[in-house]
Amino acid sequence: MLSVKHLIDTTSLTADDITQILDTAKSFDPIVNGRNIKKVPALRGRTIVNLFLEPSTRTLKSFELAEKRLSADSISMGGATSSVVKGESLADTIQTIDAMKVDMFVVRARLAGTPQVITQNTDAIVINGGDGKHQHPTQAMLDLYTIREHFGHLDGLKVAIVGDLAHSRVCGSLAPALKTMGADVTLVAPPTFQVGDPSWFGCNQTNHLDDVIEDMDVIYMLRVQLERMEGAAIPSRREYNRLYGLSLEREARMKDNAIICHPGPMNRGMEIDAEVADCARSRILNQVNAGVLTRMAEMYLLMGGEE
Amino acid sequence: MAYLIKGAHVVDPQVGLDGIRDVLVEDKQIVEVAEAIEAAEGVEVIDGAGKYLVPGLVDMHVHFRDPGFEYKETIASGSRAAAHGGFTDVATMPNTDPVTDTGAEIRYQIDAARRAGLVHVRPMGALTRGEKGESLAEIGDMVVEGASAFSDDGHGVQSAGMMKTCMAYVSQFDRVVCAHCEVESLTKNGVINSGRAATRLGMFGWPALGEELEIWRDIELCRSTGCALHICHISTAKGLEMVKAAKAEGLPVTCEVTPHHLFLNDEDIDDTYNTYNTNLKMNPPLRKKSDMEALVDGIIDGSIDCVVTDHAPHAKHEKDCEWEIAFFGTIGLETSLPLMITNLVDTGKMSWDRLVEVMAVNPRRLLRCNPVKIEAGSQADLTLIDPKREIDVTEDYFESKSKNSAFLGQHLTGVATDVLMAGKRTLIDGVVA
Repeated sequence: MLSVKHLIDTTSLTADDITQILDTAKSFDPIVNGRNIKKVPALRGRTIVNLFLEPSTRTLKSFELAEKRLSADSISMGGATSSVVKGESLADTIQTIDAMKVDMFVVRARLAGTPQVITQNTDAIVINGGDGKHQHPTQAMLDLYTIREHFGHLDGLKVAIVGDLAHSRVCGSLAPALKTMGADVTLVAPPTFQVGDPSWFGCNQTNHLDDVIEDMDVIYMLRVQLERMEGAAIPSRREYNRLYGLSLEREARMKDNAIICHPGPMNRGMEIDAEVADCARSRILNQVNAGVLTRMAEMYLLMGGEE
Repeated sequence: MAYLIKGAHVVDPQVGLDGIRDVLVEDKQIVEVAEAIEAAEGVEVIDGAGKYLVPGLVDMHVHFRDPGFEYKETIASGSRAAAHGGFTDVATMPNTDPVTDTGAEIRYQIDAARRAGLVHVRPMGALTRGEKGESLAEIGDMVVEGASAFSDDGHGVQSAGMMKTCMAYVSQFDRVVCAHCEVESLTKNGVINSGRAATRLGMFGWPALGEELEIWRDIELCRSTGCALHICHISTAKGLEMVKAAKAEGLPVTCEVTPHHLFLNDEDIDDTYNTYNTNLKMNPPLRKKSDMEALVDGIIDGSIDCVVTDHAPHAKHEKDCEWEIAFFGTIGLETSLPLMITNLVDTGKMSWDRLVEVMAVNPRRLLRCNPVKIEAGSQADLTLIDPKREIDVTEDYFESKSKNSAFLGQHLTGVATDVLMAGKRTLIDGVVA
């Protein structure tokens, strides 16, 4: 059993919670990756609503597949098709769906804190599929799974998270989760992209990727979210690529066993060069695969596991 | 009507009074203050034993939302909240709809308040037409109709040149300019204090610098124009240092602080999943704990002149939503005095004398109202306080039309039980008349 009712943020998770999620995900690996019939009856008869108030492709499809593989009944609704666009409040939307008796909400939202508002309007379990610039905990779990698969452990690893940290919910949940598991985290970004709190979760901060790249076990490149920037925090894509982009030259300086991750979608040629994205160190497609496994594990455990 | 308030502990630093007295009120005036006064025939006696009697409390920064946003608050409902909180005077901010930027709008508020008959409303006028920061409002017209001070509260006047014009123009009248200090290019999209809170909760920050830079600018404009400057709802330690330095130079600079900036900070905004409590979303935002502590020191040591509530009513649907789209502000009129007594007076950090200065004497002076003193001949604006009476802050406690209090759930000690406003009883044993 997890120590939380909902999966809203990684800051509420204990090391034991995270280990349970990763171990359970591992137990689903032979089902998803080894069988022709990739389905178990674990959540048969349970109802899940994927409420995606902000557009998403990979996260939504990953959840939908995870739900199907667990035999849950699920429906997906988007902001554009829901009554949210007609001016209905979030509380009313949730209470309306809740009245149809559902067991779980998976929510993706533009506004930070939306999952918390949902928990106040339903007794159902809530999974945060990414809220504004706050957190994206299911992304963090699939990242940890991918990294653990490669190294066999998480404690003591040196991980650099590189990119638009200030606007990144991925960083917001990954960095604390890594710290909880005993990894050493370095945040790499230009000052205009750094997080606003220098002491944040005891992470190291630097503006210079070249100073740290040789020490790292994992280089985690963030997507530079041009659509999320409030103003011109960097002068150009070209300059960003030159100073912070993961090029073949930089890749060549990494430790022998080091790996590269990226949450996707990638801006090839900006934060990561095409050749690097496809190189042997890249774990980017492994992350996508782990996404289904870890989301299955989270839904299964939050719904009560073996009970 | 005549009232005799018997046996209360009278505190009024203006006349050096701090002891048990009887106070006799006839019509609108105090007619006698003495150690013992016999109640004549027809004089109603109000028992003051165990209570404090002070000059009527003044809140010089409230939003009554009338006209334009009557679904949040009206002059009538706001007046009830004020009386319930122990106030005899409030200054209403001009960000109404239409904006209070002409004499007629001032007159409307004063007339509506007279009809409500519970509190003296002292409307503030806008500095600029429509609070747009572009051209002078009819400031002289508003002075003639009774405007108490001038402010574009809700916005900083973004152009330094426009602010200089405003302050120079106001300097011909005996009125204070109240500055809401906010450089919008620094606070754009900001919904929470920059730094730890913004990072943890994943939202755009509203940095201290956005406030401090404009405080610095306006102090320099005060020096240049000679216009009296009052800094609204100061929230940072550094901003307060600048005000202190200006005062030490002898500049006519004053400032105010709210109970929420005195008693809450950004660590109170939790990101666990039952919170994101939007009643803690303010402008300026709740700051760091160290800022809060500096403000507490400032209100005690005299560098901050008064306590105001920035009473900001909002309807339920405007707060019961996601933080980023929730409205800014908390109501405050009915919790201000109990918070001050519970947190500062009862703990021995603040004297009753000082409480009276920051909640009655100083704001009345800044609004250019006649002083109210507990002596014969003064207007009978009086607040009687029971320092032992306890309250639970619940939605039901509030007379305000809106219930968006940052202090819901708190248990406080020390409340106003009775208020006389111009000799009329507006609060009787805790119940609004």
